[in-house]
Amino acid sequence: MYTQALNSGDATAPRPVEDADRMARFQARIDAEDRIEANDWMPDAYRRTLVRQISQHAHSEIVGQLPEGRWLTRAPSLRRKAALLAKVQDECGHGLYLYAAAETLGVSREELTDQLLSGRAKYSSIFNYPALTWADIGTIGWLVDGAAIMNQIPLCRCSYGPYARAMVRVCKEESFHQRQGYEIMLTLARGTPEQKAMAQDALDRWWWPAMMMFGPPDGQSQHSDTSMAWKIKRFTNDELRQRFVDAMAPQAHFLGLTVPDPDLKWDEAAGHFTFGAIDWEEFRQVLTGNGPCNRERLADRNKAHAEGAWVREAALAHAEKRRVRAQKVAA
Amino acid sequence: MTEQKTPLWEVFIRSRNGLAHKHAGSVHAADATMALQAARDVYTRRGEGLSLWVVPSNAITASDPADKGMMFEPTASKIYRHPTFYEVPDEVGHM
Amino acid sequence: MASTSIQVAESPLVLFTLQRADDALVLGHRLSEWCGHAPSPEEDVALANMGLDLLGQARSLYAYAAQAEGAGHDEDHLAYLRDAPQYRNLLLLEQPNGDFAHTIARQFFYAAFIDPWWRAMCASTDPTLAAIAAKAEKETAYHLRHSAEWMIRLGDGTAESARRAQAAVDALWPYTGEMFTPPDPALLAAGNVIDPETLRASYDVTVAAVLDEATLARPAGTWMHKGGRQGRHTEHLGLLLAEMQHLQRTYPGATW
Repeated sequence: MYTQALNSGDATAPRPVEDADRMARFQARIDAEDRIEANDWMPDAYRRTLVRQISQHAHSEIVGQLPEGRWLTRAPSLRRKAALLAKVQDECGHGLYLYAAAETLGVSREELTDQLLSGRAKYSSIFNYPALTWADIGTIGWLVDGAAIMNQIPLCRCSYGPYARAMVRVCKEESFHQRQGYEIMLTLARGTPEQKAMAQDALDRWWWPAMMMFGPPDGQSQHSDTSMAWKIKRFTNDELRQRFVDAMAPQAHFLGLTVPDPDLKWDEAAGHFTFGAIDWEEFRQVLTGNGPCNRERLADRNKAHAEGAWVREAALAHAEKRRVRAQKVAA
Repeated sequence: MTEQKTPLWEVFIRSRNGLAHKHAGSVHAADATMALQAARDVYTRRGEGLSLWVVPSNAITASDPADKGMMFEPTASKIYRHPTFYEVPDEVGHM
Repeated sequence: MASTSIQVAESPLVLFTLQRADDALVLGHRLSEWCGHAPSPEEDVALANMGLDLLGQARSLYAYAAQAEGAGHDEDHLAYLRDAPQYRNLLLLEQPNGDFAHTIARQFFYAAFIDPWWRAMCASTDPTLAAIAAKAEKETAYHLRHSAEWMIRLGDGTAESARRAQAAVDALWPYTGEMFTPPDPALLAAGNVIDPETLRASYDVTVAAVLDEATLARPAGTWMHKGGRQGRHTEHLGLLLAEMQHLQRTYPGATW
């Protein structure tokens, strides 16, 4: 889901003959479930794909703070307030783990930040949707974190060591996020008629965007084959999406809510839910910047970064002053 | 981008029952004091830490990853290829 | 669950505990406003950390206040169903975040007082307050260290950061006196609470040392604003509570 807008090209470019041996040895390591570490030889395309995927994952965590962050000041109980603050803080922390992993591949955080703020780098499409009610907070935790967990658990076995280890950290912290979200939904679904309507409305608005989180259908994902071969991606978009529906549909049913898909039905023979057509045009529009919140999300991040510049400069200036003073004392 | 880069620090944590410091990740901070606080805030939020070390990333020298059984090329003596590990004089221009 | 505003029977102990609970909640709430907007992700996590500590303190204190009142209220009744004139927090803490210097200066002035205060409260004859103090003190020791280090870096950083830091110190200075409001005499006599005046000397030393290292000037003014403890607040608290309490007020009686 963090590779929603990756271009391929690199993976299919012709390679010089002398790399063939190295590539074969590299592939053999991958096939043997060996971990590739920061200083190991790796194909350029592997490095580039990972930088894009890991940094877009990091950007998603940072931008993901925004829709939920807006509800911190309106959380309707102290317990919910504390849980949401812990969740949003975790998301920032996850962004940090991921930026750290990306930096091991030869890129700086400043460059990555610049890519995000200038709009060159993408983040998960889902965060371009607005959090309109308290029920959205429950839905985001339940569906969006639910989808993220499905993607992240297999990534704990990704071939690149620093990314896999970051994922292990993230997964340990993530499970309470989804539980918190579902508990909010349960409370609303069992609450007043207005609360139940609030929950249904949130599900109606978030279901399809959550389904789109897994990216385009397998037939349309050009670079998937290489990513799968290099164990940067462990399951296909459609496989993960199917898992998601199979897990969430019964959970929605338990809540007494209706998934906004009239074609959703259990296929006994297949052992899966079948579901309706996704509006891929909406997905394309959101990816190119026409989602409800794209401009706002980027504006928020740019504002925070710009307004924080004097703070970052002050810290560096002070560190330099200390260095100079220490030298003078030593002299 | 004209903004100066905030240095990178590697974080090592020894947990309550641990015997040795383990590498946990990295943080950006202007100086050692703030690096330590950042490391504590980011990497020990669930009480993982008992002892924290922060080290400027470019102060760490790595061993050669070459190993008998694996034929791959050592790339550098630094732990990874971060752009700020290698000082480039301003006159050379953007690289 | 009460569906309209509540009235609280404020015995000396209830009043005392509400003051501290409101302090922690209001300041924690202000810090949570920074989420996603801090100068760096590291600082975003740090501010949220302090916010979480304060929320935790608030919850412990509200629970105790509710218990001491004995009227069947809980933490959410107290936090969400009292209006601004019933809130008992310090004026300092309801001040808007402003820029980062403003937020740090507010945190520093408060932490420089509350850390030694919690440490002294560890010896309270009230076991609940002493237990809350023991946990809170570890947290506020870190808040003091973090905010003091930033005061120094902002004050002794660039010309711009120094200007902003001095402006913050000057603006918040008149709100710092309220922290030394004398406590209820009965609670003091019983040893449940301490007299904040006993902390004034060491507070002054801490503040002077940090301002000095930060190359910031200690404001000369002696006028101190008061009123928060009595429910006479600045215009900011009403807006803060309107946002915070919106859902509970709009959907009375609902469980969240």
